[in-house]
Amino acid sequence: MEFAELIKTPRVDNVVLHRPFMPRVEGTLCLTGHHLILSSRQDSKEELWLLHSNIDSIEKRFVGSLGTVIVKCKDLRIIQLDIPGMEECLNIASSIEALSTLDSVTLMYPFFYRPMFEVIEDGWNTFLPEQSFKQIESLTDEWRLSYVNKDFSVCPSYPPVLAVPKSIDDETIRKVATFRHAGRFPVLSYYHKKNGMVMMRSGQPLTGSNGRRCKEDEKLINATLRAGKRGYIIDTRSSNMAQQAKARGGGIEVEAHYPQWRRIHKTIERSNILQESLIKLVEACNDQSHNMDRWLSKLEASNWLTNIKEILTTACLAAQCIDREGASVLVHGTEGTDSTLQVTSLAQIILDPTSRTIRGFESLVEREWLQAGHPFQQRCSQSAYSNSKPKWEAPVFLLFLDCVWQILRQFPCSFQFNEHFLILLFEHAYASQFGTFLGNNAFERGKLKLPQKTVSLWSWVNRPQETERFLNPLFEANSLVIWPSVSPQSLLLWEGVFLRWNRSSKCLDEAYEEMIHIIEHNKELQSKVNTLRRQLAELETEDVQLETP
Amino acid sequence: MNYVKNVFGLMFQVEQVKLLDRYTNKKPAAGTLYLTATHLIYVETLADVRKETWILHHHIATVEKLPLTTTGCPLLIHCKNFRVVHFIIPRERDCQDVYVSLLKLSQPAKPEELYAFVYNPKQNKADRGVSWSTIDLKVDYQRMGLPNDYWEITDLNKSYEICSTYPSELAVPKTASKTTIVGSSKFRSRGRFPVLSYFYKENNAAICRCSQPLSGFTARCVEDEQMLQAIGDANPGSPFMYVVDTRPKLNAMANRAAGKGYENEDNYSNIHFQFVGIENIHVMRNSLQKLMEVCEMKSPSMSDFLTGLENSGWLRHIKAVMDAGVFLAKAVAEEKASVLVHCSDGWDRTAQVCSLASLLLDPYYRTIRGFMVLIEKEWISMGHKFSQRCGQLEGDPKEVSPVFTQFIECLWQLMEQFPCAFQFNERFLLEVHDHVYSCQFGNFIGNCQKEREDLKLHERTYSVWPFLLEKTMQYLNPVYRGSSAFGVLQPNTLPFNFKFWCAMYNCFDKGMHPKQSILDHMLALISQKSDGKGKVIELQNKIGGGCGALTKEASNLSDAQNSLSLSTPNIPLDCAGEPEVSLTNGTAGMKEELSSDRSREQKESKIEAHNSFSNGETPVPVVSKSIAQAEGVSVVSSTAAADE
Repeated sequence: MEFAELIKTPRVDNVVLHRPFMPRVEGTLCLTGHHLILSSRQDSKEELWLLHSNIDSIEKRFVGSLGTVIVKCKDLRIIQLDIPGMEECLNIASSIEALSTLDSVTLMYPFFYRPMFEVIEDGWNTFLPEQSFKQIESLTDEWRLSYVNKDFSVCPSYPPVLAVPKSIDDETIRKVATFRHAGRFPVLSYYHKKNGMVMMRSGQPLTGSNGRRCKEDEKLINATLRAGKRGYIIDTRSSNMAQQAKARGGGIEVEAHYPQWRRIHKTIERSNILQESLIKLVEACNDQSHNMDRWLSKLEASNWLTNIKEILTTACLAAQCIDREGASVLVHGTEGTDSTLQVTSLAQIILDPTSRTIRGFESLVEREWLQAGHPFQQRCSQSAYSNSKPKWEAPVFLLFLDCVWQILRQFPCSFQFNEHFLILLFEHAYASQFGTFLGNNAFERGKLKLPQKTVSLWSWVNRPQETERFLNPLFEANSLVIWPSVSPQSLLLWEGVFLRWNRSSKCLDEAYEEMIHIIEHNKELQSKVNTLRRQLAELETEDVQLETP
Repeated sequence: MNYVKNVFGLMFQVEQVKLLDRYTNKKPAAGTLYLTATHLIYVETLADVRKETWILHHHIATVEKLPLTTTGCPLLIHCKNFRVVHFIIPRERDCQDVYVSLLKLSQPAKPEELYAFVYNPKQNKADRGVSWSTIDLKVDYQRMGLPNDYWEITDLNKSYEICSTYPSELAVPKTASKTTIVGSSKFRSRGRFPVLSYFYKENNAAICRCSQPLSGFTARCVEDEQMLQAIGDANPGSPFMYVVDTRPKLNAMANRAAGKGYENEDNYSNIHFQFVGIENIHVMRNSLQKLMEVCEMKSPSMSDFLTGLENSGWLRHIKAVMDAGVFLAKAVAEEKASVLVHCSDGWDRTAQVCSLASLLLDPYYRTIRGFMVLIEKEWISMGHKFSQRCGQLEGDPKEVSPVFTQFIECLWQLMEQFPCAFQFNERFLLEVHDHVYSCQFGNFIGNCQKEREDLKLHERTYSVWPFLLEKTMQYLNPVYRGSSAFGVLQPNTLPFNFKFWCAMYNCFDKGMHPKQSILDHMLALISQKSDGKGKVIELQNKIGGGCGALTKEASNLSDAQNSLSLSTPNIPLDCAGEPEVSLTNGTAGMKEELSSDRSREQKESKIEAHNSFSNGETPVPVVSKSIAQAEGVSVVSSTAAADE
């Protein structure tokens, strides 16, 4: 077993643990292959179980022979361990460092985790593409499922099954794939049943500097337009950026070749800039020595909320084109795996009431993120405390969740789930006992045999006793489109994530509980009224029966 | 428009006026502008849709005529409740007329011309008297435990001779003689000698307030030193007392050159002197001005907004006031030390800080009634110059400052941190804030008690408190957990806890607010609950009364009801220590025209909220006939779609 080699000191006694808002705990520190455990060995006190994969970075300090290890987690929590003995401390620190940066995915905890609950509904089979397509099939016959990518040879980052226009055959699709970044040809993302308009997504067209064109590509995307209708191409890059991409073989849909389409450029930042933004934001939130001016200027300089505003604005634009303009939309940036997915998934939150339910949201994450090939493994391998220069890391998914939170805040009664559900997804995207967010795309997940070897997050979340915690008590199904405001006054810092460990949420939690209590009690009362009514009606008919014979 | 003519006496009207939308480039609406003696009314007519905007003249802060454009003459109106309206009047002459009239009407020269003097909720004289006795400060002193061994109520100032801006009845240390008091008052700016603000009966520590001493560089006053000694002696549990100067040190030092200044620790026994650095009224006025500019930016970027917010300094000032309040509350509750607070004159920053500290210490002030008492006591009675600070009358614009607004915002910031600790909700704060400026009621007219008595406000105007109490149901906080659930509040004052208050400063920009209101939802549930309870009893009576033979089932049902009443969470209504006053204010005879702008706005927004619940999407104008009839005017509202 390789882990034993990495663990130089498996346990140390008399370690003191400091956590935000909790009393210090003194106890024994144990390192296992996947967990850092601190136990006071008293039943009454809480233990700490921390996944090594949740550790973003560590720092060590020494005062005499007393060492301190500061553990910074991907969920943004910071804990401190006081470890007596310099050698023990150094050993623990280097072991944690090694265990939290394992190279091989198959050594990760999900491959070792055995659920303590009975898997009733296997989450790996809950959201199959065939199933979600059935619904679209019942509404329109303009689309079909294509298995052209069944061996991942056309596009390695796409799933084996994809929805494409019915009139386009697989041969054409193969050609289109060669004209789109990483083979990501335009596929159906969303069908708006109100007016039959669609949203598609793809990678950028590979026009290059000499303006290559591809008739098949034009044919494919034109096949999605109704006679006489125009469509919109939403490019998530600035016009400049898109032009520059030509030099590297990328490019844009030239109007001359796509006369029925209007191209709109929006600027959503690229991943390395987003990662920097997260680091700056978390730094600002964690520094308690700031005065007001410094806090506001750091919040501003992080650009986090600017990014939120840009992403939401672009999603609103896409939704507007579909719902208000009655036009179909194609969304892409460069690769079509990041900003593109933010836009297509948020537009669905706005347009589609189903995506605002728990199941619907899970399905959305499955379709638009996991199946669509958002590289979770790369994006979420480090969080805000990473010391190394970001290579692939970026909080693309976290930004999406933050945007959903912003909409949830503006429409508190229109979502079946609450904020905790969004926070749960954030945590599990970065570190988890479940296999759902491992790998970068369906191809990798298949190779890793995740469905066979790991448990799906959905298997756990969808158990009624777990789901309950994530239900929004205010939810009243709202079948309509919800338009969020994107003015700066309407967008707030997501305290539930970014201030979670910096200020007590006791009073806010109490208010939430109180709200649930009132709502529950009201339901109880209404059902009692109904029971009494029924009983009264029964008594009355009995009376009538007594009188009549 | 007969209706308007009859009620107010229409002064004049202008046709074909356009109202520009503040944020979008939507085609401006066209309509008619009416000026009455009390309101500016704009009626927008678009096919069958009719929308009215009512603005009370007293709510108007500034009127600007902008350079003539091809479409007409623009008139920009800023209101004290942060509404901004931008009209385009076709003819320059009409615009000039409206402009001149509004300048006059918004700031009359004499107090008698204020709205409160003509406002008549159709009550008789007796009711008016009762309305003024709703809040009785003596009762609050009793509640705090006064008089007691250390403190007494004195009427030394009954003819306002010792201090013209103090009320006639004041609480002072028992050991302070008349000579001490009079002597101390001569050594304090405007005679505002140290008096009790709040007595914390749990440990006998007290918060006292006064104005700056006339110490200059060296002057001292034996009586003033005795006065402070008396305050210290009134709290035998503590070996020292704090003297808190709420000004920045530099300002206080500058005052010394003018023969004023601050206490020299060496001259007073056992005082700990402390500056807390809240800026003066001029800095605050400018800060709010900058904040307004930020709020009015047309489609600002996030950076524009945050940078503007920072540069305005507004939240920095709010934090400074909050920090000072927290300092006082901690000194009293934790260190058991009494605190004497002053600024320059002791009617602005001192009022903010003392009332905030009282509110942190005492759950009573976090109830609807308690909050009214607190405003009466620390603000109205102690001579916060509402008339000048709110610019109610023609006068020096440099006297205007958002001191009270800041206090209200501090409360909102506290409510954000302690959502279950207040009996009232955000709407109540906004309504109170509105009425401070509306001059519809007499409470906030004048600068001190003497002025109010001279104006005979109790005989000529009505009190706002019964009017607000009448509408208590709207102002309740559904998740309030009662006055015993929270003791002393210890807010976190790290910068990230202070948020921009959109519902105040962008109050009229509905597009920015959450489209579904948790508050409305919860308030609806609360009223459903009382309906449900009534139904349970009604049904039970029917069952029990109709079929005596079926006792078994009936008893089962009453069990069911018992268990129900046990689990019922009641919204605690704290009225402890306050005599119940029968409220006759604003019942059937009161029509919509009598309530303020904000309540009208709320009624509209209720329709909107309802609309967006059932129809969160399309902006369909809704005409609510029954409401329109009930209010005597046609109220039409349309939901705003997302602003971008």
